[in-house]
Amino acid sequence: MPRADYITLARGGGGRASEELIEEVFIPAFSNAILDTMSDSAIIDAPENGKLAFSTDTFVIDPIFFPGGDIGSLAVHGTVNDIAVSGGVPKYMSAGFVLEEGFPISDLKKIAASMGEAAKSCGVSIVTGDTKVVARGGADKVFINTSAIGFAPEGIKLSPKRVEEGDLIIVSGTIGDHGIAILTLRKGLEFKTEIVSDSQPLNRLVEAMLEAEPDIRMMRDPTRGGLSATLNEIAKASGKGIVIDEKALPIKQSVSAVCEILGLDPLNVANEGKLVAFAPQESAGKVLETMRDNPAGRQAAIIGRVGGAGPGRVEMKTAFVGNRIVEPLVGDQLPRIC
Amino acid sequence: MCLAVPMEVTEINDFRGIARMGGVSRDVNLMLVPDVKVGDYVIIHAGSAISILSEQEAKKTLDLLGEIGMDSE
Amino acid sequence: MKYMTEFRDGEIAEKIAGAIKKQSRKKIRVMEFCGGHTISLLKYGIPDLLPDTIEMVSGPGCPVCVTSRGEIDTAIQLTENPDVILASFGDMIRVPGTSESLRQAKAKGADIRIVYSPDDAVKIADENRGKDVIFFAVGFETTAPVTASSIKLAEAMGVDNYFVLSAHKTTPGILGALLAEEVRLDGFICPGHVTAITGTAMYKPLTDACKPCVVSGFEPLDIMSSILSVVQQVEKNVATTEINYRRVVSSSGNPTAQKIMGEVFSPVDAVWRGIGVIPNSGLKPDGAYKRFDACAKFGLKITTDEKETRGCICDKILRGLKKPVDCKLFNTVCAPEEPVGACMVSDEGTCSIYYRFGKEGREVAAR
Repeated sequence: MPRADYITLARGGGGRASEELIEEVFIPAFSNAILDTMSDSAIIDAPENGKLAFSTDTFVIDPIFFPGGDIGSLAVHGTVNDIAVSGGVPKYMSAGFVLEEGFPISDLKKIAASMGEAAKSCGVSIVTGDTKVVARGGADKVFINTSAIGFAPEGIKLSPKRVEEGDLIIVSGTIGDHGIAILTLRKGLEFKTEIVSDSQPLNRLVEAMLEAEPDIRMMRDPTRGGLSATLNEIAKASGKGIVIDEKALPIKQSVSAVCEILGLDPLNVANEGKLVAFAPQESAGKVLETMRDNPAGRQAAIIGRVGGAGPGRVEMKTAFVGNRIVEPLVGDQLPRIC
Repeated sequence: MCLAVPMEVTEINDFRGIARMGGVSRDVNLMLVPDVKVGDYVIIHAGSAISILSEQEAKKTLDLLGEIGMDSE
Repeated sequence: MKYMTEFRDGEIAEKIAGAIKKQSRKKIRVMEFCGGHTISLLKYGIPDLLPDTIEMVSGPGCPVCVTSRGEIDTAIQLTENPDVILASFGDMIRVPGTSESLRQAKAKGADIRIVYSPDDAVKIADENRGKDVIFFAVGFETTAPVTASSIKLAEAMGVDNYFVLSAHKTTPGILGALLAEEVRLDGFICPGHVTAITGTAMYKPLTDACKPCVVSGFEPLDIMSSILSVVQQVEKNVATTEINYRRVVSSSGNPTAQKIMGEVFSPVDAVWRGIGVIPNSGLKPDGAYKRFDACAKFGLKITTDEKETRGCICDKILRGLKKPVDCKLFNTVCAPEEPVGACMVSDEGTCSIYYRFGKEGREVAAR
């Protein structure tokens, strides 16, 4: 009897059917020398000096395919970016899948292929993995966990504690693209837009930035909760105040239109391929230039500076007049009518 | 109350239509503005047009706003 | 003309601010009735531009805040039926009823969908003919005709499993309640989008009581110039209704919307959270459209017995008697993540807005 073209519970049973799934779907997509040994754990080379960066993240996005990416590429970029913004060079990755019974194998193949491609373009090897199948309704289509190990060169000391009064704040491109791209697909909202997710790897951008200016104070990728959550975290961790300039924020016209219509604040909207960096005032110009030379940083902009607000506070000079407080989002952001 | 935004009507099919703003379009209900024409700007609230914008009045208001500025100088 | 950025010019704003400073002599309290105006005021930092003679007071104009506990409880009760899908605006999801919010009910298994438009709820009903789809309708006269047109749409499409739980409220009743207050208000910034539907006749009791009324748009220059108009009327000792949003509002309102509302709805007594029952200030589907009324269909009655949490002064804040910073609960036990009172539950609630944008509120919090 030929195997079904959708996931059955047998596929996660650890027997022949599971093995076939791995051989048929994952090996072709991820193949590399370490993974191909098919051992119980991946044996990897340790760096000769420096430190290890290690991070994990789980992806449950719905829809699993969206303009600008899918859950597979997102699962690679998300974890790669977490390593990158802490100054690590991502090298090895694990991938764990929770599949819902009945999930089409063709979709899984698409996701695996997209993960494989994303990993290759980041210079990362997926060296170990796992698959579990749960009964229909036990999960929604597919969940993916990725963990990654990166090598952090000696001397990298990115930390909010190093943020100083007068530092300039740079964002690597337009904000809010990912969150709005996903939101406008939601049933009941259904906007027609050209907005695509910004899901992309930032590791090459970070490498170039740190080469241009090793004294960058810190970086972070403003994902869930958007720029406002990230800036508030940094303000609190550093004990410094932050003032950003609304006019300087790079925002796509269409993203800002959806925000106007649904009453959302682009500062609270998620990004998946952007970083915010704090650089010394003297070298911020050089960092900005370096960023703009990189495909992931073409629309980078200096958006504010450290100082001018009370400790731990974030304020925004509005495009109108005067300042307002920038508060992190409470819960998730919902479209509103009033 | 009542978050509402100006959008341009680009298509009309009976009492439904499409409105656009900043490269974003959406189906809208036009039942409350029977006189609407393609190219009109309407105020959209909760997916419905509640009023047709008057460009002439908008310009008059902007002129007046400009004059207030002059007075105080 | 895009009708937005043109009305956000900071330079003109500073000039209007100059004119306000020059012309304002009497100390006045001006109520911005509408939560949308409160958001714009604080989001654009307008209070910083006003002289000490002008105090802005927020009013009861947030439909989410004034939706009663009983109305939310009824919505939750409806979702206990497994054959019901409740469609709601995103605003209502977090608002606590007597014991829980729609979000909590959803977590326990209720089928609750967020929609941007009531028409989207009709669409859900069309796609789920085996279920009863109930739209939880909140809002003032801006939103009520939109709900009414969704009922007409359902009728035209032959969608007979679409119902409306109406928590709509109407403005005239609450205007009367404001006049009855002991608080001194010298003028009103009136809601532009409500007036676009209703027209200006309903402000007559206010102008008769010598309170200038200026109907305003929501862009910062609209609000600044509306404040200037109130100041000019007060200084001249006149009180008229002025439309300072002529690109959208006419004195007679939107006759089509008024007609559709009249056809679909009848007035009923309604409970305003934090305020109480106001006669004939609610709307329910009636007459030829009675079959769309969720309460009639499911034999439910919205309870009118409302108690506020001890210490909460939302009733006074909604009527402009107190400010959020006067409340002991503000930012101590009552914050947007765990709202206690009506004014903290909605993004447009006075307390929530002060919490998020107001420096004054944050400074109190820091103490």
